[in-house]
Amino acid sequence: MDRIPILKFGNALLVTIQVDMHDRLATALEEDLTSKIVDANAKGVLIDISALEIVDSFIGRMLDNIAAVSRILDADTVVVGMRPAVAITLVELGLSLTGVKTALNVERGMALIHARLTTSESEDDDAEE
Amino acid sequence: MAGNVATVAELVGSNEQTILPDWVELQKKAGTLQTGRITENELVAQSRNFLHLLRDGLAKGGTDASNPAYAPAKELLAEVSRARAIQGFSPSETATFVFSLKQPLFNTLTRTNALSPAQVAELAWSITMLLDELGLFTLEVFQKSREEVIVRQQREIAELSTPVVKLWDGILALPMIGTLDSQRTQVVMETLLQAIVDTEASIAIIDITGVPTVDTLTAQHLLKTVAAARLMGADCIISGIRPQIAQTMVHLGVELNVISKATLADALAIALDRTGRMVTRKKTTATSDQNKTLAGKDL
Repeated sequence: MDRIPILKFGNALLVTIQVDMHDRLATALEEDLTSKIVDANAKGVLIDISALEIVDSFIGRMLDNIAAVSRILDADTVVVGMRPAVAITLVELGLSLTGVKTALNVERGMALIHARLTTSESEDDDAEE
Repeated sequence: MAGNVATVAELVGSNEQTILPDWVELQKKAGTLQTGRITENELVAQSRNFLHLLRDGLAKGGTDASNPAYAPAKELLAEVSRARAIQGFSPSETATFVFSLKQPLFNTLTRTNALSPAQVAELAWSITMLLDELGLFTLEVFQKSREEVIVRQQREIAELSTPVVKLWDGILALPMIGTLDSQRTQVVMETLLQAIVDTEASIAIIDITGVPTVDTLTAQHLLKTVAAARLMGADCIISGIRPQIAQTMVHLGVELNVISKATLADALAIALDRTGRMVTRKKTTATSDQNKTLAGKDL
């Protein structure tokens, strides 16, 4: 069965969805990502969906689920590169992904995760002091 | 019966010299030329062409307007009435083109010796039916052309009233003007999202100074736009809510759960602040004072 590769990038995980998602692929990604967050002790998850042209309610819910799971495991989820048509579709489906952070492209998404990492590190430092 | 109709076709052909001037005269009397929208030459040319096509139709297709033989005549009528719809003729002025042909035609029929009075009466009836049908067809095309014009204008208005303005690097403004219905929200959303992609903007200011009323539906449309922009990674600020509208919204229980500012200026200020910029007053130095005095002298 196909799987979507998950790349480790410092303290963050990078997922690039390059193929059309089908339900089984989505469930597999959700499971893989969950275990990978724990293994890698990741603080941020970046999901690039710039190549994703078709979304349905299931994929929308998957994104929401991933965000919720990562939050429990203390990692931020940032979804980047959403196409305008996909955004409109998700809103019309009533899925505005309130729990997910968004950014226009990978660069800005990384900046968001870095900002969070640096603030949490400084907080740690403060705690140690 | 068919033979009689053929006789009429022949009569129309041979009496063109009397029918055409009579008909044009009647149209002039009805005021077709008064407004100067078409010239007499054009009118005569249109009338002559139609008369020829009508004769062909009568010769081949009898008095049934749905017969394919009348297709060229109908085509001409459609062309004429489309042109008149755009030139601003009234519906009755347009319909007169066909209906005023009756009198000269019947005059010709009654003057002829080739037909008995009974036959003339019968033919007059079927020709009336034929011309009525063609007249109605003219009106229908007229109406359709007007509707096309209206639809086109609506589309243009919708496009004109939803511009996306780049205020600063990474800051977009969307001045909304007019009522927000679902169709327009769709256009607004699409243009905004595309602009966010094109300009890599991180903040969009939706200014609703030009929106006359905000009801629950409008608010929902606004929220949809905000949610879609957020999915693209851009934050939205709503500005320009007028006092009365703010009151109505509170009375209706509409909640916008978005940052909202009273004026576009306030919204721009917060947008600049968020993108790490600030606006400061220029320091008045000696040189700028000099420039001022110089400018004053020029005036």
